[in-house]
Amino acid sequence: MAKHEYAFYPGCSSQKGASASNYLTSVESMCKTLDVKLTEIPDWNCCGASIGYAEAGELPRHVLNARNFALSEQHLPGQEIVATCAACWLGARETRERLTHSDTLMADTREALKEAGLTINEMPNVRHMVEVLIEDLGFEEMAKHVVRPLEGVKIAGYVGCQTNRPFGVAGESFENPVYLDKMVEMVGAESIPEYEQKVTCCGGALAFSEPEKAQAQIKDIVESAYDHGADMIVTPCPLCQANVEIYQGQINKRYGTKFDIPVMYYSQLMVVAYGGSAKDAALNGQVIKARRLEEIAAKPVKR
Amino acid sequence: MSANTAVAEKYRNNFLKEIEEQVEMGDWVKMCMQCGVCSGSCPTNFQSAWEHPPQELFMMIRAGKREEVLTSSSMWNCTSCYNCIVRCPRKLPITHIMHGIAEYAHRLGMAPKMQPTRFFSGLFWKNCTHTGRVNELKLSMGLYFKDGFVQGIKNGMAMQSVALGLVKAKRLNVMELFGGHKCKDQKGVHAMLKKAYEIERSRKTAKMAG
Repeated sequence: MAKHEYAFYPGCSSQKGASASNYLTSVESMCKTLDVKLTEIPDWNCCGASIGYAEAGELPRHVLNARNFALSEQHLPGQEIVATCAACWLGARETRERLTHSDTLMADTREALKEAGLTINEMPNVRHMVEVLIEDLGFEEMAKHVVRPLEGVKIAGYVGCQTNRPFGVAGESFENPVYLDKMVEMVGAESIPEYEQKVTCCGGALAFSEPEKAQAQIKDIVESAYDHGADMIVTPCPLCQANVEIYQGQINKRYGTKFDIPVMYYSQLMVVAYGGSAKDAALNGQVIKARRLEEIAAKPVKR
Repeated sequence: MSANTAVAEKYRNNFLKEIEEQVEMGDWVKMCMQCGVCSGSCPTNFQSAWEHPPQELFMMIRAGKREEVLTSSSMWNCTSCYNCIVRCPRKLPITHIMHGIAEYAHRLGMAPKMQPTRFFSGLFWKNCTHTGRVNELKLSMGLYFKDGFVQGIKNGMAMQSVALGLVKAKRLNVMELFGGHKCKDQKGVHAMLKKAYEIERSRKTAKMAG
């Protein structure tokens, strides 16, 4: 039996051929090393994300998340739900909070769920993968598996918004969370604790609808990483990753910059440091290739 | 109850009451003390300035400026970064109030029709609830073709290098156009959402009558 078991909520962007499929691949490799077993919640649905708000209303949005809770309770009783996506985690946690605080919302949600033949008896705990790593495993346990430290790589820890606010990781400050910097140090790379854009918003869904506004923000995030001498940026959020990585070409056109900096997931850094291959870490999923990591991943492992 | 309290109760600002009863988290609006920390913390207000930043919208609601608030494009600038929520000294759930006012304006048909984030928000919700899961390709295409076919092709061309990068990295699948990821129990998802809308609507109507 695995050391830690969870009901897994991968979310839409993690699916095959979707924008964060490289995140999922690297999380799976990371969990194998750490002996963490993730069992996908059968037939899970979208969380509605924050941006669905114009049509979502309050109850339909919570019912959407509650369906996942009900399925998790039915198929994986007693297991906590773990999400890798910041928006999935936030949406589900918010629903958990609202339903716990309002008997009316809870009763209405139960009535709507009946239409799908489902019910909720207990409110599940909803955790982000970084919470599991920090709280259930701990830095010491995570560090034990490092066999190929990312020596000489300087990495800006970009935490972003939704893994940080309004819930965040326990014990961390909203203005200057430090866990990501600690993870960077843990894999043997050099962190940049003074990176002042670490909790700046990437623009979220406005990167699609009003790109000029989002790209102004992304420019600040990338520029500051360069100013601090970063080789790459790391993040725990799929939308942060995509927004900060894929629009660099457009930002270059708009502002005359020469941005070309890789944006990674924490799980990819860990897989390479744990001795995994470039494929295990899904380095082929980068639009801006992380050459430094590819080189390290090709090196033999120090055991 | 004193005479003064009675008239104050009777002639209280009706738009504030409307927002309190019809908008998610609307009953928090009166708690705003106009400090402006929300506006100073807002990334899109900082970059390009909202016409009416959150604390101004709150005061306009109290002043009964119904038309100006509901037709405003301001709250549609919200990126859901939650910075205003964590910094508000009176703990107003400002992000949710912004979403709530926007949703209400959209529900009443008063929101600016061509506001791109209003359009995208509706598109996203329809996309994800149609099959139970987001179809990223159809979502992007739907947005590009918002202003018609010709503009759609132009938008698509402008985004070509971004899309190609994603396709090469296997993070965008052109086959999503013909199906894509979905829930098995789509019927159940649709039925429960239909019920949820019915319940929500009847609760709002009851508040208006009561």
